[in-house]
Amino acid sequence: MGRPQIIASAVDNPDRTRGWTSWITTTDHKKIGIMYLATVLVFFILGGVEALLIRTQLAVPDNTLLTPERYNQILTMHGTTMVFLVVVPVWAGFANYLLPLMLGARDVAFPRLNAWSYWMYLFGGIALYASMLYSPPEAGWFSYVPLSLKQYSGTNGQEAWIYMVHLTGLSSIIGAINFIATIHNMRAPGMGWGRMPLFVWTILIYAYLVIVALTSLAATVTMLLLDRNFGTGFFDPAQGGSALLWQHLFWFFGHPEVYILVLPAFGVFSEILPVFARKPIFGYKAIAAATVGIAFLGMLVWAHHMFATPMSTTVLAFFMLMSFVIAVPTGVKIFNWIATLWRGTVEWTTALLYCVGGIATFTMGGITGIFLAVFPIDWQLTDTYFVVAHFHYTAFGASAFAMIAALYFWWPKMTGRMLSEKLGKVGFALMFIGFHTTFLIQHSAGLSGMPRRIYEYSETSWTWYNFVSTIGAFMIALSVAVTVVGVVWSLKRGAIAGPDPWKANTLEWFTPSPPPENNFDVVPRVRSVEPMKDIRREIEQRTNAEQRYRSGQPMLH
Amino acid sequence: MSEGRNRRRLLLALPLALVAALLAAPAARAGLLFPESGGSPNADSIHTLYVMVFILALFIFVGVEGTLLWALFKFKAKKGATAAQIHGNTKLEIGWTLGAFVILLFITVFTFIQLPSIKNPKPSLIDENGRELTAQVDGMQVAATNQSTPKGPTMTIEVNGQQYVWRYLYPGQDQLLTYTDMVVPVGMTVLLDITADDVVHSWWIPKLGGKMDAVPGYTNKLWFRIPPDAIPEGQKQVVYTGQCAELCGRNHANMYGRVIGMRMADYKKWYADKVQQLKTAETDVAEQQKKLTEQESQGGDE
Ligand code: HEM
Ligand SMILES: [Cu+2]
Ligand SMILES: [Cu+2]
Repeated sequence: MGRPQIIASAVDNPDRTRGWTSWITTTDHKKIGIMYLATVLVFFILGGVEALLIRTQLAVPDNTLLTPERYNQILTMHGTTMVFLVVVPVWAGFANYLLPLMLGARDVAFPRLNAWSYWMYLFGGIALYASMLYSPPEAGWFSYVPLSLKQYSGTNGQEAWIYMVHLTGLSSIIGAINFIATIHNMRAPGMGWGRMPLFVWTILIYAYLVIVALTSLAATVTMLLLDRNFGTGFFDPAQGGSALLWQHLFWFFGHPEVYILVLPAFGVFSEILPVFARKPIFGYKAIAAATVGIAFLGMLVWAHHMFATPMSTTVLAFFMLMSFVIAVPTGVKIFNWIATLWRGTVEWTTALLYCVGGIATFTMGGITGIFLAVFPIDWQLTDTYFVVAHFHYTAFGASAFAMIAALYFWWPKMTGRMLSEKLGKVGFALMFIGFHTTFLIQHSAGLSGMPRRIYEYSETSWTWYNFVSTIGAFMIALSVAVTVVGVVWSLKRGAIAGPDPWKANTLEWFTPSPPPENNFDVVPRVRSVEPMKDIRREIEQRTNAEQRYRSGQPMLH
Repeated sequence: MSEGRNRRRLLLALPLALVAALLAAPAARAGLLFPESGGSPNADSIHTLYVMVFILALFIFVGVEGTLLWALFKFKAKKGATAAQIHGNTKLEIGWTLGAFVILLFITVFTFIQLPSIKNPKPSLIDENGRELTAQVDGMQVAATNQSTPKGPTMTIEVNGQQYVWRYLYPGQDQLLTYTDMVVPVGMTVLLDITADDVVHSWWIPKLGGKMDAVPGYTNKLWFRIPPDAIPEGQKQVVYTGQCAELCGRNHANMYGRVIGMRMADYKKWYADKVQQLKTAETDVAEQQKKLTEQESQGGDE
């Protein structure tokens, strides 16, 4: 193949590989990946505490724990944190760590750019949270105009939000360019497109979506910044601007964004299920094609977030139909995962349980999505707790479950130690039950008329729904705590993992755990989608042959 | 094979039983499983559409989640079991892709059948004087507004969202304005022109149908027609409540709206009273102002 050979050069400087300075000066994709993941954990906990505050406020009617101002700030911080500072970067973190290893490369294509991308993410998060010291943004995570204009949101919290979007956006775009260059150019010999791990496929498509969606968002929030501070009036109706323009621009980013959150989660499911079912993935090509299909269609459904705005029936009908069409490749993936388990020998590890739990939960979110896509039904349901339930079933059900599955699965590779399966299963049970306790009942709250984003309510028929939901939220928190304890415990006392504790399929398991700085001394030739399985078989055959040779048996199979 | 058939029968029977149980007590399930309705024909049509999607969804849900769980439990690793090394099955893949398409096609067709009854206002059941109308003709499509106007009498109210109150402008020369409570005659088709003065709000009374955003600079359309028998025997009015559904600032949670349906005669009386009240209030204010200016001009030089 005529691909250019890019081999990242390893730096031989022992001072640069140890101590805390080694972390802030590193360009090693594994260290950067770990820094990403550690930072994500911090923001996940912050976002979780915000969620608990929201739920505590809503546990009973007429609660006065939070003022309306505080509530809107916490709500905005929660949504913004989870989307921009947790789920997008968590995939950047895992992709950083895993891509070169899965591809058989020594680093990503542009290691320094990669470091820059991490630091932009960190500073973006700090920019947002610095606003806690004066006044956090309070216009919701999608900052609708005119509410987010200076006349209605006078504090500089909104600017903090804009800078955060700029910095993390740039971080994601740079990261995406890096992933794309790496995937296109640095695959191991023999790894054609049809033999690339499915996680890598989803990261490739994630990266392309990031480039389309986040560049568009960067321009959009710049317009908001100009409107707020330089009187441009793009969005101000009083100056001939359009309030709907913001919604179109924002959701043109916003819907691809939800696939940015969720496609890598699909990649994680597609990697982990075959390992523990001890079966090849069912329909590799269909899953890869569905990924591409979802990404393309995902750019054509944005206005389903705007069904209640003044739009003509033609527009409504188009976006309804496109939303239906996107359900097909999504359904195909779910069927393929089930078929992967079918007739396998399924080992109930924590990672597998989180995958299956995530798929079950996401399926439910997909089904409620069909209700929302039918625009007359959406007129009843949009902006209610039904929608809150729907997007938590999808975003939390796929992304957060997959994120924890990925943690359990790849932790041994990253640290060389195993996480406790016992704690893992307790955590999973709490998470699964807690999640459904929190969010299932929110559908009913929405159906009985409870709008989202209200800081209090007096309608007593909603009390029961909200109280149960709050109990569930604390179960989720407990589950996260169990996982964190497990992580800390494992760092000190976890069982030693060895290079390939799961008998997995992809190349990262060919390296020692944790992998050395340059990853591979020899890059093996790839002959199938499951190179490690081939290698393991080869080694087995060879050792068998050797034993037979030693014991004087004839060399016959 | 009979095991497989039994399983399939079970998968079919489960949703069917659930559907039966649900349809047996539909009213009681409103809010828990179904959206609110009962105040207007469009709300009822949305409800019907929802129930239909719900039934389909139930089959999909039980089918998919059922097989997923089945696969998880049935194929749990046991000693001596080996995994079948299957890479795929093209026929199966094409089959479920087409299957998914067909289900969605079905929902699409059904939506478009129901749509006119949701989107296009129905003609009023009464005339301006409260007499029942018998001949009901559906309206014609008016392209400009993309909402049809029904034949016969209707009543148009301008709804305006403002932080944090709804303002209604009634038809007629009196330019009557009310806040929060909208009073309408039952049986009359009410057309709403919805807009906002400051930020985006969303007008929503769950029992009267869907919500529509009030966006400054735009006019959004909605309609409802409260059935005459909605007013309970021996009472004068029926009240439907709702609240703003789009985050509009700190007091978004307290931006309530109510629609009060009255019989035509009562509505007329209410309207006349209201106009009278406002007139006297206006003259009162004018008098007070006059007094104030007089006082000021008297003591202005001090
Ligand atoms: C402990 C788990 C969580 C709980 C209890 C929780 C709860 C909530 C609640 C109560 C709201 C407010 C809804 C409203 O008033 O409109 C909300 C909003 C939101 N949540 Fe979560 N959440 C959790 C985790 C997550 C995760 C993991 C994500 C992302 C993947 C997420 C994304 C969002 C978003 C985007 C919003 C919308 C914010 C907005 O309306 O501006 N949440 N959540
Ligand atoms: Cu969307
Ligand atoms: Cu509001």
